Amino acid sequence: MSKTHVQTTINGEPTEFLCEPRQSLLEVLRETLGFTGTKEGCNDGNCGACSIVVDGVLVDSCLMLAVEADGKQIGTVEGLASPDSLHPVQQKFLEHAALQCGICTPGFLVASKALLDHNPNPSEHEVRHWLAGNLCRCTGYDKIVRAVLDAAEEVHQSA
Amino acid sequence: MKDFAYCAPSTLREAVALKAEKGEAARVLAGGTDLIVQLRGKRFAPDCIIDIKNVPEANELSYGPRRGLVIGAGVSCWRLYNDPEIVERYPGLVDSAAIIGGIQIQGRATFGGNLCNASPSADTIPSLITHSAVCHIAGPDGKRQVAVEDFCTAPGRSVLAPGEILVSLQIPIARKNTGSHYQRFIPRNEMDIAVVGVSSHVTLANRGKEFKAARIALAAVGPTPIFAREAGDSLAGQVVSDEAIAAAAAAAQSAASPISDMRGPAEFRTHLVGVLVKRTLAGAVARARGQFVANAVQEAAG
Repeated sequence: MSKTHVQTTINGEPTEFLCEPRQSLLEVLRETLGFTGTKEGCNDGNCGACSIVVDGVLVDSCLMLAVEADGKQIGTVEGLASPDSLHPVQQKFLEHAALQCGICTPGFLVASKALLDHNPNPSEHEVRHWLAGNLCRCTGYDKIVRAVLDAAEEVHQSA
Repeated sequence: MKDFAYCAPSTLREAVALKAEKGEAARVLAGGTDLIVQLRGKRFAPDCIIDIKNVPEANELSYGPRRGLVIGAGVSCWRLYNDPEIVERYPGLVDSAAIIGGIQIQGRATFGGNLCNASPSADTIPSLITHSAVCHIAGPDGKRQVAVEDFCTAPGRSVLAPGEILVSLQIPIARKNTGSHYQRFIPRNEMDIAVVGVSSHVTLANRGKEFKAARIALAAVGPTPIFAREAGDSLAGQVVSDEAIAAAAAAAQSAASPISDMRGPAEFRTHLVGVLVKRTLAGAVARARGQFVANAVQEAAG
C-alpha cells in the first residue's frame, strides 16, 4: 500500500510524515515520530494510556488513524512541560507520588491537563468522572485524584 | 490490520459515489471507536475506508424551528453535550451521549456510528427511538428517510444497502411539556456496556398531571433495540400515577426478549426493564414539569 503524506501540528510544531492508512496515530507517534511518551496499553480504547488532545478534544490515539491527523493540532505529553518547568499536573503527580510503574501516567497527565483546560475548578467527583477512561493497575487512583485537585488549586491561584 | 485505501471526500456527492462504487468493500468511518477496533480484530477487512467527517452534511449540528435538531453522522457525543441549547432541550439524548465510554471515547464516538454499528446494547438508539428520530440516508438511487426504530434489523445489521450512507439524524423540535430520560444498568460506575438500557419520552397535558403521549425503548433485551410501542401508548390519556407507570413497566417487560449471557441472566434483565422504565418515566415526567434531573456530567458536577 502506498504511503500517504500527512501535514499536522504536534505540540505547536508543524510536522509532516508518511504513513500507511491502516496505521493508528498512536503507532505513528511512537514508531515514526519518536513521541514515545504516549503509551500503548490495551490498544482498543479501554485504558487511556495513549490519551492525546486533537483540536482541543481528549481522545485515545489508538482509536484514530494517523491519516486523520491531517490539518489537526495534536497535543501529547511531551508538550506539557516548558523548557524550565513542569506543568502543575506533572509537578503535583511527583509531589503526591501519584504513580508507581508509570505506564498509565502520560495518559493521566494529558487527560488531567485537558480537564483543567475545560474546567479549572473541578470537584473530586468531576475528577473521578473525567478520569474514568484512564486505568491504573497499580491502583494509585486516590493519589492521582489528590494530585489533580492540588494542581487545579495551583492553576487557579496563579490564574 | 489489512491494508486499505483511505478517502476523506469533502462533498456528500463524492462520498455517495465512492460508497456506491465500492459497496461492501468500503466501510464508513465516523468516530472510529467501533470501526477501528473491528478492523484490528479482523471482523471487517475493507479495501477502502470512507471518512465522512469532511462532508458538511455529516458535520452539521443545528437546532431550529423548521427542521428541529439535526445531528450529522460524524458529530461526536462531546460536541453534542457541550452545546447548552441541546442540553436544555434534549436532556434524554444528552443522558446517552454522556455515558458512552469515557471522555476520550465521547470525544470521537458519534450517534450515527452507534446506530450503524447496530448493537442491541447501544446507549444512543433507545433515546433516538423515543425522540422519534428520522435517519437521512443517501445512496446511488438518491435520498431516503427511515424511522430510527426501523433501522436496525439484527445484531450489527441495518436497513442500509451496500451502496448507502447514513448522513444525519433529524429529531423533531422539543415542545413544551415534553421530557425524556435514559438510564442503563451496569455493575460499574462508568466505562461499561449496558446490561439493560431504557429511554422514556413523555408529553404531558393538563398542567403536567396527565400523560398526553409517551414513547419507551429498550436496549440489550433483544437482537435489536426494541421500541416498546404498546407500553408507551398505554399511558396516553392516563393521570400521572404510580399505577399507570407500573402498568407501562409491565407492558415493556412483555416487549423484551432478553437472553442470558455474561452480563446477566434473562430473568434479571426482565426485572431491570421494569425498574428502569419506572425510573426513566419518573425522570422524564420531572423534566417535562421543568424540574432538574442531572445527566452523568451534571451529576459529577454536583
